[in-house]
Amino acid sequence: MAKKKFVVGCFDDEAVLFPAVKKVRTAGYKIQDVYTPFPVHGLDHALGMRETSIHTAGFIYGITGTTTALSCISWIFTKDWPLDIGGKPHFALPAWIPIMFELTVLFAAVGMVLTFCYLCQLAPFVKKHHFHARATDDLFVMVIECTDKTNSSDLEAFLSNAGAVEVKTEIAEDGWWIGRYDKDEMPFETQTALA
Amino acid sequence: MSVKYESQLREPLVYGKKTYHDVTEDIIRPIEAKPSKLWYIGFFISVALLMFGVFSVYREVTYGIGQWNLNKTIGWGWDITNFVWWVGIGHAGTLISAILLLFRQGWRTGVNRAAEAMTIFAVMCAGQFPIFHMGRVWMAFFVLPYPNTRGPLWVNFNSPLLWDVFAISTYFTVSLLFWYSGLLPDFATVRDRAKTKLRKHLYGIAAFGWTGSTKHWQRHESLSLVLAGLSTPLVLSVHTIVSFDFATSVVPGWHTTIFPPYFVAGAVFSGFAMTQTLLLVVRKVFGLHDYITLGHVEAMNKIIVLTGSIVGIAYLTELFMGWYSQSKYEGYTFWYSRANLFSPYGWSYWGMMACNVLSPQIFWSRKMRRNLFVTFFMSILVNIGMWFERFVIIVTSVYRDYLPSSWSVYYSPSIWEIGFYMGTFGLFFTCFFLFAKYFPVIAVAEIKYVLKVSGESYKEDMTPIEVQQADEFAHAHAH
Repeated sequence: MAKKKFVVGCFDDEAVLFPAVKKVRTAGYKIQDVYTPFPVHGLDHALGMRETSIHTAGFIYGITGTTTALSCISWIFTKDWPLDIGGKPHFALPAWIPIMFELTVLFAAVGMVLTFCYLCQLAPFVKKHHFHARATDDLFVMVIECTDKTNSSDLEAFLSNAGAVEVKTEIAEDGWWIGRYDKDEMPFETQTALA
Repeated sequence: MSVKYESQLREPLVYGKKTYHDVTEDIIRPIEAKPSKLWYIGFFISVALLMFGVFSVYREVTYGIGQWNLNKTIGWGWDITNFVWWVGIGHAGTLISAILLLFRQGWRTGVNRAAEAMTIFAVMCAGQFPIFHMGRVWMAFFVLPYPNTRGPLWVNFNSPLLWDVFAISTYFTVSLLFWYSGLLPDFATVRDRAKTKLRKHLYGIAAFGWTGSTKHWQRHESLSLVLAGLSTPLVLSVHTIVSFDFATSVVPGWHTTIFPPYFVAGAVFSGFAMTQTLLLVVRKVFGLHDYITLGHVEAMNKIIVLTGSIVGIAYLTELFMGWYSQSKYEGYTFWYSRANLFSPYGWSYWGMMACNVLSPQIFWSRKMRRNLFVTFFMSILVNIGMWFERFVIIVTSVYRDYLPSSWSVYYSPSIWEIGFYMGTFGLFFTCFFLFAKYFPVIAVAEIKYVLKVSGESYKEDMTPIEVQQADEFAHAHAH
């Protein structure tokens, strides 16, 4: 976990945000993230993010479920305990389709949600730095990471020109930690760390 | 960014002149306020019902199934009727959130959260019935396939009853995950505006540390879409499998191939009715008229009249086949036990017909679809009708079987059977009251997402698509 310096620009309209993202990126600044209260379509592309492949993971979990069901049931009914049910075939594939389907869905859903939580590092008691409390309400918060060459006051002015309603410079933890939201202290906070 | 095309003819999904902040305020404020007196009264009535249910179940567990009035031919009575009824109600939530998401029905955003919650609580209630019907409920884990010291003695994977175990538990799990993943951003909203420390702490735990990062949203969108895609066949499969419990048997009245679609339509029908009942109350109590609009109510009533009519066709098909098959037993079940008003249970068949087939036809009229009083009344009526449907299917098919010597005496439930049913109402409404008080009852983030496209004040500012040139429109939407 490392503390870094960030310049934060808050926008109140996605119609202003998009040109601003373009301007900031053209100017060569590195956008750490944009925090939005709801999914803004096209923003991921504007930020140059690649597509998520979480659905591929879902597919893999799904076929794992299908295979688990098929292999377990067929082993149980043909090898481990072949039960004679009215003289019907032991390998009764059509009758297993419902359970195979249900396990496919179950594995895919549970696996995907766990993967989602892992990738986004979401879990109960996990705490992350919030650059603006209104990022979950009505502000689109653009966070730019400062390098040695960045002049933060220039950047702040640049963001204001691009239409930001509020700009500030913050030193923050970019990872997560276990903490309580009613307590504001950060375990990695040091009084001296200023870049 | 390209703005989605929305016709001016389409009704707005959000009324009034709202900003994003107004949306947050309107939906989160009830959570932050103290519960009203009405809430307390409702909550305590629900808890009292739940306690009665717990006592009824205690009687059943201690003294055995004999506490219920099941008899020689009626092995499934109120309990399985109630099970199917609750599972059916549990179908609307995932239908709204999954199928309507795939069909891009914008109006789902206003109602999906509450409907999904209803689904989860209804499935919880449904699960109680088969579990306690086992009699020795402490042996319930026998339904799980695991290597055991009894042989190993495995469950019968060819049995629809076991398919049900898998279907219902998968449905519950997936619905819960879908619902909760949608709740994360909204919990974060509540957390970030919390005034008290306790609230900040608790909602902080519930929000899993959600920040609203673009990458997280991108994954969240993908996750929701895939979960919707998975839930769509799942919804259809669950009630299909419930109908297999009956359809794979050789009992006249159960042994029909139309059961799966007929049950699914009936489930959606009753689910939407229950959604209407709950949402009309929530809308009134929390003053959410701008978000749960008459348009939403009308859209759900359209689904009610559609599915009600499908169910009606199924009833008529069954009657026709009862005659056309020229099977003595089928004919007896459909034309004597059911359709004959003067047979012992004829009243339940005609009650079902009146509530499910005849009365929803009122919704062909737009005026009636948009009348809140009529909608509320109809939603109750439909749920009564759907309860009768399951009662008719179960009881009238088995009360007289092939051997007249085992024909049963008239079946009426014991007080503990009724108490168990009342208890699930208590469980359902206790959960729903808690949900309505402590959870955002409308998906805040999703409303914000559609606000600028479908909000009333924003629609007014748009150029009506009707006056746009075709090439102008094509240009704007090519990007």
